[in-house]
Amino acid sequence: MNPAFSVILLTTLTGAGQGLFLALFGSELAHALKLSAPMPGHDFYVLGALISLALSGAGLVASFFHLGRPERAWRSAAMWRTSWLSREVIVLPAFMATTALYALSHAMSWPITLATGAIGAALALALFVCTGMIYACLKFLQEWASPLTVINYLVLGCASGLTLASAYAALSAAELMTMMTSLAIALTVLGLATRSASLLRNARLRPRSSLQTAIGVHHPRIAQRSQGLMGGSFNTREFFHHRTLQFLRSVKWTFLLLAFVLPVLLLAAGAMTASPPLLWLAFAVQYVGLLAERWYFFAQANHPQNLYYQTIS
Amino acid sequence: MTQLALVIDLNVCVGCQACVTSCKSWNTSGTAGSLADLNPYDEDPTGTFFNRVQTFEVGSYPNTETVHFPKSCLHCEDPPCVPVCPTGASYKRAEDGIVLVDYDKCIGCKYCSWACPYGVRELDPERKEMTKCTLCVDRIYNEALPERDRKPACVLACPTSARIFGDVHDPDSVASKAIRERGGYQLMPEWGTEPSNHYLPRRKTEMTIRPDEIVRTDNPLKVDGLKPMPDASTPALDDAASW
Repeated sequence: MNPAFSVILLTTLTGAGQGLFLALFGSELAHALKLSAPMPGHDFYVLGALISLALSGAGLVASFFHLGRPERAWRSAAMWRTSWLSREVIVLPAFMATTALYALSHAMSWPITLATGAIGAALALALFVCTGMIYACLKFLQEWASPLTVINYLVLGCASGLTLASAYAALSAAELMTMMTSLAIALTVLGLATRSASLLRNARLRPRSSLQTAIGVHHPRIAQRSQGLMGGSFNTREFFHHRTLQFLRSVKWTFLLLAFVLPVLLLAAGAMTASPPLLWLAFAVQYVGLLAERWYFFAQANHPQNLYYQTIS
Repeated sequence: MTQLALVIDLNVCVGCQACVTSCKSWNTSGTAGSLADLNPYDEDPTGTFFNRVQTFEVGSYPNTETVHFPKSCLHCEDPPCVPVCPTGASYKRAEDGIVLVDYDKCIGCKYCSWACPYGVRELDPERKEMTKCTLCVDRIYNEALPERDRKPACVLACPTSARIFGDVHDPDSVASKAIRERGGYQLMPEWGTEPSNHYLPRRKTEMTIRPDEIVRTDNPLKVDGLKPMPDASTPALDDAASW
């Protein structure tokens, strides 16, 4: 597929927003369950929820750039019974509204913060499932059609959100920093494991479709002589990244380094020296790494329609 | 239940592109809106087509065969592009099985084109809406047209009758008979999309002429009276006819 930057930004920004919200609510819940003693003031949760809201909002804005007819976007909530995209369109604003309510209830010290937070956390998790399933449900895009796709969206989003929560806690709630950084490191390492699992799986994939099944001629040697177009079409633009294999491979190693290895080192260093700049750097590096990861996620998916366009793929 | 579809005979398709041009001509002039045609006379011409003819060479020289392969929406029985559409713009008609896009509802998110393994949906670069073969739904029921013209434009244009239009659920239709009797097959059957459009395979053409068919005893020339002029010395019933 040809990666679209609008979708890359949508999934990475909202992923970080959801992860941050889960980190905030998780810390509040841990305090309520008397698992973790420190409970920072309401201001920490208000500003944190607003950061999460800003990230999801930025993702929502980015998503509009993917649409050919953004003025009709309101229609996209209609088919929630069958379409994961439609479900995402419903859950994302619901999550944003709940995040806003969570911020408000903390700001006003209403005693409903735990309940709102629980609803928001459920919506954040549901949003990860919706986003992942948009890709995982396309069964003939074999690189995506796996539970690992959903798991990666969940784990990578949480890792990015927890790294952001660590940096944020280092600034305004130092007592939470150790818990947040250890969780961020754990999720980033888990992310490395699940993303590597999907890389290994995809490296071993055997395409189910071939040129033979595509045109129904069962001969081992078939060469395309004409694609039915001269200067390209939607089919040659949308479904292939138009980069070399070397470029793809370098993006893979770049994201493995930037999204997983460097953030873990920076998080550990930042936690040991209690240095907010190092933790913010960890978040920035990981975010850039996740942009590369998402680009690679799209570029690696080999659409069977490319069989009909042999000279582009 | 009716399922309208095309049956495409690869054995007689000569790749003349008449179906491509007549499809574009009809569908760009219709009420549904024009189809983009960018840089038609410059470098890198591009645009939207519902139907394209591709050419494949099968085998290795000198034993090769050229297969012209017309490709348009297959109007799947279980179309994967329909359930993924978030707005309901993409739908399959219950009455005749045609898969259509309601252009006024389409938001141009391209998700349906991702969900189609055949690559037959094209986002119009000018209208920013997903477009695809409609099986000329605005022709086949059009009472303003004479009845013999109520067929998809591509079918009417094909000079070799390589495109058969009909109801593939009706066992007595010409389309169903062609599928049944000439080994009609579906594209990428491995994904369970059950395309309604079928393709008829190429057939081996062999000359089976016996010597007695070259020198015919019942030569029609004789029957029709164009007999060779008899020799003057040949005895005849009427001697006067010999000279």
